[in-house]
Amino acid sequence: MAIQMERKDAPAQVLSETGAVAAGMRVEEPESLLLEMYRWMTFGRAYDGRLISLQRQGRLTTYAPLLGQEAVAVGCGLAMAEGDWLLGTYRDGLAGILRGMPEESIALFFRGHPLAGARPEGVHVFPMQIGIAEQIPHAVGVAWGMKLRKAATATLVLFGDGATSEGAFHEAANFAGVFQAPVVLMCQNNGWAISVPRSRQTHSETLSQKAVAYGIPGRQVDGNDVLAVFREARAALERARSGGGPTLIEALTYRIGPHTTSDDPTRYRPPEEFASWRDTRDPLARLRAYLETAGLWDGARQQELEAETQARVAAAVAAALAVPMPPAESMFENVFAEPTAPLKAQRQEHRSAAGREGASHG
Amino acid sequence: MAEMTLIEAIHQGMTLALAEDERVLVMGEDVGRNGGVFRATDGLMERFGPERVVDTPLAEAGIIGAAIGLAAYGLRPIAEIQFLGFSYQSFAQLLLQAARMRWRSAGTLTCPLVVRAPFGVGVRAPELHSDSLEAHFAHTPGLKVVAPSTPYDAKGLLLAAIDDPDPVIFLEPLKGYRAGRAEVPEGRYTVPIGEAAIVRQGKDVTIIAWSAMVQVALTAATTLAQEGIDAEVIDLRTLSPIDTEAIAGSVRKTGRAVVVHEAPRTAGLGAEIVATINDLALLSLEAPVVRVTGYDVPIPPAGLEDMYVPTPERVAAAVRETVRY
Repeated sequence: MAIQMERKDAPAQVLSETGAVAAGMRVEEPESLLLEMYRWMTFGRAYDGRLISLQRQGRLTTYAPLLGQEAVAVGCGLAMAEGDWLLGTYRDGLAGILRGMPEESIALFFRGHPLAGARPEGVHVFPMQIGIAEQIPHAVGVAWGMKLRKAATATLVLFGDGATSEGAFHEAANFAGVFQAPVVLMCQNNGWAISVPRSRQTHSETLSQKAVAYGIPGRQVDGNDVLAVFREARAALERARSGGGPTLIEALTYRIGPHTTSDDPTRYRPPEEFASWRDTRDPLARLRAYLETAGLWDGARQQELEAETQARVAAAVAAALAVPMPPAESMFENVFAEPTAPLKAQRQEHRSAAGREGASHG
Repeated sequence: MAEMTLIEAIHQGMTLALAEDERVLVMGEDVGRNGGVFRATDGLMERFGPERVVDTPLAEAGIIGAAIGLAAYGLRPIAEIQFLGFSYQSFAQLLLQAARMRWRSAGTLTCPLVVRAPFGVGVRAPELHSDSLEAHFAHTPGLKVVAPSTPYDAKGLLLAAIDDPDPVIFLEPLKGYRAGRAEVPEGRYTVPIGEAAIVRQGKDVTIIAWSAMVQVALTAATTLAQEGIDAEVIDLRTLSPIDTEAIAGSVRKTGRAVVVHEAPRTAGLGAEIVATINDLALLSLEAPVVRVTGYDVPIPPAGLEDMYVPTPERVAAAVRETVRY
């Protein structure tokens, strides 16, 4: 199989930055899917904004904003099918919701709630990963398991540009190639790993070219073009499901916000760079422009969607805030299937200490 | 019942597990065609096929990370790390990922994974091959750690580890792989995780050891018996969770204890055992508990390793010290 070296100047694109159909491309997706993409991205952005204000009010511990990267989450989430597994980072909660996690799960996670990682029955989403790149080998293992079981499914794992500097990424990409695991390695190159720009992560011209070293296809896609992301992810997933092995995709996007609410990007980021991405390459504006030109969208529909989204976000946040923090003793649960003797003893010790404290305060 | 070495017992345990449960797979460096550098997996690839006995790339973090995914997906991987010292390269995956999958997902994803690795001195290997890392694992919530010293326990604990719904670090005594033969039942049986064994009854002092150090303790006990000192020897077998009652019960009887391990002393498991005795049997003590351990130095090169590792002479001297106290 010939490995294609991607040219840096030609990431896959369906819609150009203005929302016009890119040269030589056609939009063939049904209207319902296009509108679903737009609805999900709108939800993601509104939820994100609400979580930033909740954090400022002290109701979340910290938050890692998604602002600007909605198209990757939505394109990937909608490209996946029943039985596929999703793994991602602390910034990938929206993709998780698209794959069946409860809408309150992001807010719950950033409240520091121990039940945030619980997946409902039948939902194949790993808990959001904090360790950089650590989930990539897990994804390869899940995919390898699918291959061993001859399941016609695939795994998609999200990670960032910084993760491609970690050993776990390289070991995982290598395993994926050797075992021809049905996995899509979806790198969200958002330009910055906290304060370190992509150019300082690697001297490679692109991140997608790293696939060459592992003997797997590497692709670059405009990560702010939801249609392009959707098509690339779907094609890679379909190839994986039908025995074609893994794919590394580099989605070119941009983190408009800070790394987390504790970070101040004005310390390290050229303001004109961020302004240019925000003002001319916004993924929502791009799809909306296309939809309007195609006669599928207008101001009235936008107003209606915004009202609907506001209610949906409010419901998610209310649900997250309503989940009571479990009793402190719950920390002893789920360390093992059955608590060991030391855990039982320490639980008792904790209970006695809490009891004494309660009595003295009472 | 057949007589077999410890490594043959481990081989038989894996053979049984592979034959009984199609979810089980064996993976690691050189475990397939080569049958493992110590022959633990000899012939298994030929019998069960290369999809179930898998030669992996040389990457410990990749091996453990992929095994975590396989386990979460519903398989039962047995991952071999060729020498325990090499597992340092997989520590993030073992300590932060395997150990926490159940906890992080509030019980909705699990990691029934067995990691086998030989450890301790014994084959005159270069640096990193002989390190004893059990304290790192025992210090990690979410991991169980077992370290059998006999062929019978090795097979029974291995099958218990494979059955266990959580990750188990299975430490094999390199020095004990072919040190002797013992009777091992042919069929399936398990030795429960978390239970120590009293391998020599005695009334004067308790010697607590595991893995290769059990034989060192028993040899010391034989010497001491000729001097009229009757030592009880506990083979801890499981290092996390520790069978604290077995330790306390014995010390309450003997009033004296010596802990033996090959790993460096500071913050080693010996300290945990001394604390356990403190918690549960302090008033039974007739003398301070003594540790006989490796020193707080990197395990020296092969030419000096015998001077680093506890010997029966060092153990016997420590016992005499506690008895005379």
